[in-house]
Amino acid sequence: MNPSNYILLSAVLFSIGAIGVLVRRNAIIVFMSVELMLNAANLSFVTFARMNGNLDGQVVAFFVMVVAAAEVVIGLAIIVTIFRTRRSASIDEPSLLKY
Amino acid sequence: MNEVIEPNLGETLVFWICGGLAVVGALGMVISRKAVHSALWIALTMINLAILYVANSAPFLGMVQVVVYTGAVMMLFLFVLMVVGVDSSDSLIETIKGQRVAALLLGVGLTIMLVAGLGAGLSGAGTIGLDAANAADGGNVQGLARLMFSDYIIAFQATGALLITAAVGAMVLTHREYWQPRKSQRELSQDRFTDGGHPGNKPSPGVYARHNAVDTPALLPDGSTSAISIPAPLRARDDARAIDVNDITNVRRLTEGESE
Repeated sequence: MNPSNYILLSAVLFSIGAIGVLVRRNAIIVFMSVELMLNAANLSFVTFARMNGNLDGQVVAFFVMVVAAAEVVIGLAIIVTIFRTRRSASIDEPSLLKY
Repeated sequence: MNEVIEPNLGETLVFWICGGLAVVGALGMVISRKAVHSALWIALTMINLAILYVANSAPFLGMVQVVVYTGAVMMLFLFVLMVVGVDSSDSLIETIKGQRVAALLLGVGLTIMLVAGLGAGLSGAGTIGLDAANAADGGNVQGLARLMFSDYIIAFQATGALLITAAVGAMVLTHREYWQPRKSQRELSQDRFTDGGHPGNKPSPGVYARHNAVDTPALLPDGSTSAISIPAPLRARDDARAIDVNDITNVRRLTEGESE
């Protein structure tokens, strides 16, 4: 088995995450799909680190994890704030912002 | 650094089992109607990705994945789901016509394009492996630490600033101002009694020996039951336990001085 299979797996996971972002209407599930896409990118970072024989890819994957954690904190706080004012976690509701 | 390391059979098995489970979890996350089910599915995906990291000679990242993603991030997701409401599920009304079909087509197209392109590009790629890179510093963790605190020190400090900003931002966003002054204990107590509230404790439920569950109403001295002694939610659902008539007559006999 070639390690490039990991890259293909990460491509599949990334696409599933993209479909989730496009299809789902619940803000929290959209957010989970974004996390899935970040994880898929991390998997390819780790695999490329192994294929190229240096550790830089793993360091970058680590930084991606840190940024993802910070992003989750802020994103969920925004979702909670919107839910408090609109009583809904659907991403169709805040479309009123454009008027 | 030219030697090509062939992954052995064990890694192939790990890849197909954990990779398959990761894809199943991702699909379940997208398909399941309820947000809680989605969260559990994606937790499955993340644990399997952690195993794949370890198989991919990144043991430190595997552990970080378990701690940060399945531990912190997914629990935060579940926590927010509890705040927002466990029953929150998607509406099936499409606000943009044909959006779902178009999104599916786009996603399938993206998958085919990525897999075909990457598959063709990577078909002849060899693998150097991380054994030499790990051995240079005495291990995977040591190697990562050396890189992180030398070449990537600026990025490392920037992530520190980012985490502080995120923590402060979350506190600012979820902070709620009191628009009216808080009620003091005196005002709360006045509110309670001015509109005819009961001045003492409510009778506690089930005060005779046969039952002590909260759905058992208390017996009044005349043998009738007190409705306010059971909690309001049970009353609203009509879940109060019926009283056995024999119990009441027994109580009455005992209070009248008879012995059994």
